[in-house]
Amino acid sequence: MIYITIIISSIFVNNIVLSQIIGICPFMGVSKKIDTAVGMGGAVTFVLVLSTVVTFLVQKYALDPFGIGYLQTIVFILIIASLVQLVEIVLKKVAPPLYQALGVYLPLISTNCAVLGIAIMTIQKEYTLLQGAVYAFSIALGFAFALVLFAGIREQLDLVSIPKGMKGIPIALITASILAMAFMGFAGIV
Amino acid sequence: MNFKQNLTKGFFKENAVFVLLLGLCPTLAVSNSAINGLGMGLATTFVLMSSNMAISLVKNLIPDKVRIPSFIVIIATFVTLVDLTMSAYLPSLHAALGIYIPLIVVNCIILARAEAFASKNTVFDSMIDGISMGLGFAMALTILGTIRELLGAGSIFGINVPIYPVDESGNPVTTLIFILAPGAFMVLGYVIAIINRIRKA
Repeated sequence: MIYITIIISSIFVNNIVLSQIIGICPFMGVSKKIDTAVGMGGAVTFVLVLSTVVTFLVQKYALDPFGIGYLQTIVFILIIASLVQLVEIVLKKVAPPLYQALGVYLPLISTNCAVLGIAIMTIQKEYTLLQGAVYAFSIALGFAFALVLFAGIREQLDLVSIPKGMKGIPIALITASILAMAFMGFAGIV
Repeated sequence: MNFKQNLTKGFFKENAVFVLLLGLCPTLAVSNSAINGLGMGLATTFVLMSSNMAISLVKNLIPDKVRIPSFIVIIATFVTLVDLTMSAYLPSLHAALGIYIPLIVVNCIILARAEAFASKNTVFDSMIDGISMGLGFAMALTILGTIRELLGAGSIFGINVPIYPVDESGNPVTTLIFILAPGAFMVLGYVIAIINRIRKA
């Protein structure tokens, strides 16, 4: 039951982009086309789950036993940055088609605050390893969901006439605002 | 670039939030009140100034290939410093900013200034650059926070401003949406639109 709660609450109620406001840079940056949005969503899902599992293990078996929890931020960001590099190298060698699809998005992810944010929040919420992995996976799904929805709307925005000063980022932000209002409707489900 | 240009660029010409559109996560997330915006802005200013200075000090010692990870470690160190200091002396602000304090590490402005400015300039220039960009960021967050707090809670820096009618028990009837997530996107959207209009005029 707790897993269903985690999944529903992470995808809809506490959607990472539209309700917690983490990971806005890729949300604004790569949401101009649905294809790129799907690619970014896939890459984020992959890295987010992997990094959450690794940082969880490091926290439990290295930081906690030695009482050096204050190094959390430094250690986590280093792990994430090197993990992204590693994933890039491994994918290039092992799965070239997947690398072709996700490759360009991978370097962008190490500065995606969602990855560091979720790694820290998994520890703060005191999840077990499996709960943490499910949490990271559903947060990533929620991210991909919001990104693809938003990209679909932005593709349509190109076709309508918009006041001069509003073009580009301002109208995108206001669209995101309306989308966030729609997501507020999910509040109270779980 | 002379001293005066270096000092003022962060506020108007190269304002991180309104012009460069960097660091949008903290901008949107913690600008729900003027004091939170100012607190976050000053914390970022400190990290930006210190990391800029440290990076320009060690720039000749770091091999080119590992410079980004090294920059990140330096930045993360100062963020940890801010995190621990704030939780000791300003616990209520620390609680209000929450997860967004460790997330200063991944604020794109800081890495951008390290890479674009501090790794090429002297310590003093880098310090001024950090102060300028940081205070410009703080200014943007405080402006957004003030607008959102005024519209959403009917107050500025916690002081009541009577712009809303009051109900029977004397509480103002406010537009709560402005201090929630949708209000963040909307206010920033309109502010950038207005600034675009002014800059082009």
